[in-house]
Amino acid sequence: MSNGADEPILRLENVSKSFFGFLAVRDFSLDVRRGSIHALIGPNGAGKTTIFNLATKTLPPTRGRIFFKGTDITARSASEVARLGMVRSFQISAVFASLTALENVKIALQRFRPDGFAFWKSSKVLHALDDRAMALLCDVGIESYAHARASELPYGRRRALEIATTLALDPELLMLDEPTAGMGHEDVGRISDLIRTVARDRTVLMVEHNLSIVANLSDQITVLARGERLAEGTYDVVSRDPAVIEAYVGSEHHD
Amino acid sequence: MSQETLQATSPVTAPGLKSAGRDLTLVWYGLGIAALLAAPFFFYPIFLVKVLCFALFACAFNLLLGSCGLLSFGHAAFFGAAGYVAGHAAKEWGLPFEAALVCGTAAAAAVGLLFGYVSVRRQGLQFAMITLALAQLVYFLALQLPFTHAEDGLSAIPRGKVLGTFDLDNIFVLYYATAVVFLIGFVAMHRMTNSTFGQLLKAIRDNEPRAISLGYEVHRYKLMAFVLSATMAGLAGSTKAIAFKIVALTDVHWSTSGSVILMTLLGGLGTLFGPVVGAAVVVSMEDYLADSGLPINAVIGAIFILCILLFRRGIVGEIQHRFGKR
Repeated sequence: MSNGADEPILRLENVSKSFFGFLAVRDFSLDVRRGSIHALIGPNGAGKTTIFNLATKTLPPTRGRIFFKGTDITARSASEVARLGMVRSFQISAVFASLTALENVKIALQRFRPDGFAFWKSSKVLHALDDRAMALLCDVGIESYAHARASELPYGRRRALEIATTLALDPELLMLDEPTAGMGHEDVGRISDLIRTVARDRTVLMVEHNLSIVANLSDQITVLARGERLAEGTYDVVSRDPAVIEAYVGSEHHD
Repeated sequence: MSQETLQATSPVTAPGLKSAGRDLTLVWYGLGIAALLAAPFFFYPIFLVKVLCFALFACAFNLLLGSCGLLSFGHAAFFGAAGYVAGHAAKEWGLPFEAALVCGTAAAAAVGLLFGYVSVRRQGLQFAMITLALAQLVYFLALQLPFTHAEDGLSAIPRGKVLGTFDLDNIFVLYYATAVVFLIGFVAMHRMTNSTFGQLLKAIRDNEPRAISLGYEVHRYKLMAFVLSATMAGLAGSTKAIAFKIVALTDVHWSTSGSVILMTLLGGLGTLFGPVVGAAVVVSMEDYLADSGLPINAVIGAIFILCILLFRRGIVGEIQHRFGKR
């Protein structure tokens, strides 16, 4: 639209959010560079998820403005933002529990079809999406679960399914809210590899609690504490920052 | 371990299960149609007409609650309003049976659009209360407007003739005509549940925030489901008005909204045949208890409580659960 590659894909401008007088996010600004993996980290209660929810328009900001691809999206709805190409995942894995893994991915693919309101049209026509959905399940390595109900998948695989469903929309900006939360060691490795793969041709903004996970994954790290920015830069820069070390004292950073 | 077993079994059994399920549905359809054809030789046709009207009504209610998770406490408004309009069309405008049904059903759709527009952004108790309040407005209108005849109700509605030839005053003709209307409504709702639209409704019911995050305007889908449900409730109300030649205030009363909830839950929420079974049970009880001198509402209430305590999935839901389907 405007100055191409240098323009940040997502920009938060002096955004604040208060809940009943409690200021969860204070005058926060952020630029996410196109094509990067950007991590938002901080201790519990730092406001990571709130910022995430503000950016995806799940929550309205109290003050400030939000731009996506140069367009002011401050007044847009969450589903509009998703259609513009910013698609999010959830901290508590969000799948359609009563549908099979394959059907979950097809729900996302169905958005490109004009028959979403066609209550007279048999859902059998959706078999046309099977191959594409199956390919997406293969991409995240859960094709063997295609016909299992989402509620029956092991936790790690459910996160993978959620990512496959998100990728089905081919979003320009992929928003991941603690993608490895509550996972075993093996699954964490698998998801990290997956994020690296999918980030090849898109931008990723992820919220993460654990600094060591983002260490070798992200290009840029923003550290938050008490709703404000503490530090920003590459892992080497932020991990040596005395303010960051202080905020993380006693937490899992020193491993 | 568990992954291996899943790998081994799921691709093979899942499609098999699915087609078995479809065959079973066809078998049920066959049995159902046979039962519809044979029923008037075993039961009093007028009683069956009542069962079918309420069964259609309960299916319409189930369409909304089962597929969207929206519990409406105002469905009597669609049922009753459609009845008044269909009755008025047949009696005052002299329209034939079919046209009167269309008028009533269309009126219910319009009322549904209005109600839905106001209510679908709310959930749970708030949604139930808003639909109840709106339905009370319709009740008030039914009490005040001239064409509804207030406490007297709209009576002596002519039944007319089906396709201009078969006289509906013959109770067998009346029964089979009602059965056809019921079947059309039932099949239409079955298709809606299994449509491309129905698939998205399931997703929205399972996880609304996720559906929004995938870019779906969930309120529009809910509004559509609401209007479809209201329309089908209207078809039931119109048919009942013509078949019984009367529309009274009870048809728009909140207790009718309550009894359709009872029928659906008793039969099995979200199941295909549950609302039909539930309606049959409730209407039969009302009929048999009417002569017994027992307090009907107390007995039905007690049965409802037992049902909630003992088999929460409802009659059909419990049977399906026992036989391992879904």
